[in-house]
Amino acid sequence: MNKFSMILLLAGALGVSACNNPDRFGAGGAGAGGAGGAGGINTASLGDPNDPNSPAYFNQTIGDTVRFSVDQSILTMESQNVLAGQAQWMNQHPQYNAVIEGHADEQGTREYNIALGARRANAVQEFLIAQGVSPARLRTVSYGKERPLAICSDETCYAQNRRAVTVITVGGGV
Amino acid sequence: MSRILRNLCLALAVLAPVAMPAMAQNGPLRIVIEEGVIEPLPFAAPAFIAENPSAAEFADQITRVVAADLAGTGLFREIPQSAHIARVTNFDAPVSYADWKAINAQALVTGSVALGSDGRLNVKFRLFDVFSGQPMGDGLQFGGGSDNWRRIAHKVADQVYSRITGESGYFDSRVVFVSESGPKDQRLKRLAIMDYDGASVQYLTDSSAIVLAPRFSPDGSRVLYTSYETGFPRIKMLDIASVTSRPLADLSGNMTFAPRFSPDGGTVIYSVEQGGNTDIYALALGSNQPVRLTNAPSIETAPSFSPDGSRIVFESDRSGTQQLYVMPVGGGEPTRISFGEGRYGTPVWSPRGDLIAFTKQNAGRFHIGVMRADGSEERLLTASFLDEGPTWAPNGRVIMFTRESAGAGGSAQLYSVDISGRNLRAVPTEGAASDPAWSPLLP
Repeated sequence: MNKFSMILLLAGALGVSACNNPDRFGAGGAGAGGAGGAGGINTASLGDPNDPNSPAYFNQTIGDTVRFSVDQSILTMESQNVLAGQAQWMNQHPQYNAVIEGHADEQGTREYNIALGARRANAVQEFLIAQGVSPARLRTVSYGKERPLAICSDETCYAQNRRAVTVITVGGGV
Repeated sequence: MSRILRNLCLALAVLAPVAMPAMAQNGPLRIVIEEGVIEPLPFAAPAFIAENPSAAEFADQITRVVAADLAGTGLFREIPQSAHIARVTNFDAPVSYADWKAINAQALVTGSVALGSDGRLNVKFRLFDVFSGQPMGDGLQFGGGSDNWRRIAHKVADQVYSRITGESGYFDSRVVFVSESGPKDQRLKRLAIMDYDGASVQYLTDSSAIVLAPRFSPDGSRVLYTSYETGFPRIKMLDIASVTSRPLADLSGNMTFAPRFSPDGGTVIYSVEQGGNTDIYALALGSNQPVRLTNAPSIETAPSFSPDGSRIVFESDRSGTQQLYVMPVGGGEPTRISFGEGRYGTPVWSPRGDLIAFTKQNAGRFHIGVMRADGSEERLLTASFLDEGPTWAPNGRVIMFTRESAGAGGSAQLYSVDISGRNLRAVPTEGAASDPAWSPLLP
C-alpha cells in the first residue's frame, strides 16, 4: 500500500509583498501631527491669538473644545456657552469652515467609541447650526479613542479626552 | 516597492506504514479539548533526520517549529531531546517503544527532511502512540519550496494536533493586525500580516493614516479595514497578493467602519454613521447599493455573521448600555442575548457556530468571554485593564485579542487564550500590536 499520490495543497494564494510609501499622505493626516486637523482638510493657519479675527483667537479665547460626561453626548450649559461663542465667531467669519472632531476616552471598545465620538461631534454640529451656522460649512469626524489629548489612565485624563473639538478650516475647501 | 510573488506549492502524500507491532495495549491516544486540559500530554519530537547535509539546518528548524506549535497549545508538553534514550537515526527503522515509554512519552513524532537540488524540501513524518505501541494514522510527506519551511512545519503539527484531538488544526494560518508605534496621543498605526505564531511579519500599509480593525475574507485573500486616509474613517478592501487597496464603495459624506465579510465572501456588513447616528448596512460586493439592516436612533455596530450566513450578531446601546443582539441576515427584529452585568461589545461568531466571543466591560475591568449563540452559558476567559476585540482560530478552539496596558506608557499587545480560559499567552510581535484577525486555515 505504497500510496504516494500527490495532492496539490496550495497555489500561491497568500504570498505577500510589503508596501512602503511613507510620503503618500504628507505629514500624517487624521490628526497624526497632534494639531487636530483631519487629513485631506486644509487646516487654517492660526494667526495671532490677540487678533479676534484669527483662528488662534477662536481656539484659545472662545475655546475650540467642549467636554462630555462618561458615555454621554449631552451639551452642558458651560459647553453651550462656548458653542454660542463659536457660532457667533463663525457667523462673523464666513470665509472659514469647520470640521468638528468627536473623541472618546479609552474606556470602551474601538467601534463603539467611534460611534460615540460621532454622536458628540454631531451634538456640537447641531448646536452650531441652530445658532445660524450654515450646515454646508460644517463637517464631523470621529476619532473614537484613537487620539487622546491626555494620556494617563484615570479620570483626570479621561475627562479631557471625552471631547469635541471645532477645527477651523479654510473656507470653500470642504 | 512591490515584491515579486512566488508561486508556492506544498504537496502532500501518504507514506507507507512502518512495520507494525501488533496489539494495542491501551485505549487510543486522545485529548478532548472541551474539558480543558489540566495535565498536558507528554510527547517526544526527536530531531528530524536530515536526508542530505544541506537539509540539516531545515531539519532542525522544522523540528523546533513542530514542537513549539504543539507545546504552545498548552495541550502538549515536550519531553526535551536531552532526556531521550532512543536515538532515531533512520526514519524507516522500527520504533523502540520501550525507550520512549521509559521517559513517559505518550506520543512520538518522527520525521525526515530532504533538500533537492531544485531547492525543494521533502518532509516526511510519522506519529506514534507509544503506550499502544502503534502508529497513529499513515505517515505523510509534504513537499514545498525551502522558503516555505515554516508552513511545512505548521502542516506537520496540524496533522499531529488533529490526530490526537480529533479537531482540525490551526497552525498553518496567518493573522492580520495593526502594528503600533509612537506615543499614546500620536499613535502611528499600519496594517501587517504574520504567521499565527508571530513569525514572517510583512507590512501591508504605511503609517500615514490611522488604520483599524482588519478582517479577512473567508478565502484569506482579501482584508477589509477602516482607514482615515481621506481624513474620515472609511472602509477599504485590500488584496493581499498585490497589496493594493481601494475604497469599499463610494458612499460620500458618511463615516463607515466595523466591516466584516459574509461566510460566502460576497457581502460586507458594516456600520454607517449619519447625523450622529450609527446603523448597520449590508453591501453586496460589486454593487453600489447598500441595504440598511437596522434603523434605530441608538448605536448599532460591530456586526458578525453566523457561519451558516443566516444570522448576524451585533452590539447596540438601544437598552441604554452596549448589549449583544442577534437578527436575521436580512435585518428585522433583533433578539437580545446578553443579560449579565456590565456592557457587551464586539461579538464574533465562532467558525464552528456554537459560541459567540465578545468583549465585556464591568466594574472598571475588561474581559474576553464566550457565550452560546442563544446567550446562555456565559464564561469570561480573561480579565485586565483593557482586553478587547476577540478573533477566532480557524478551528474555533482558541481566541486571539488585544490587551492594552494602563497609563501614559501604556501599549497594546496581542494575546491568545483557549476557550476553556487556559493557556493565556502573549503573541510575540516586534512592537506594539492590536486588532488581530485570524485567517482561515491555509489550503
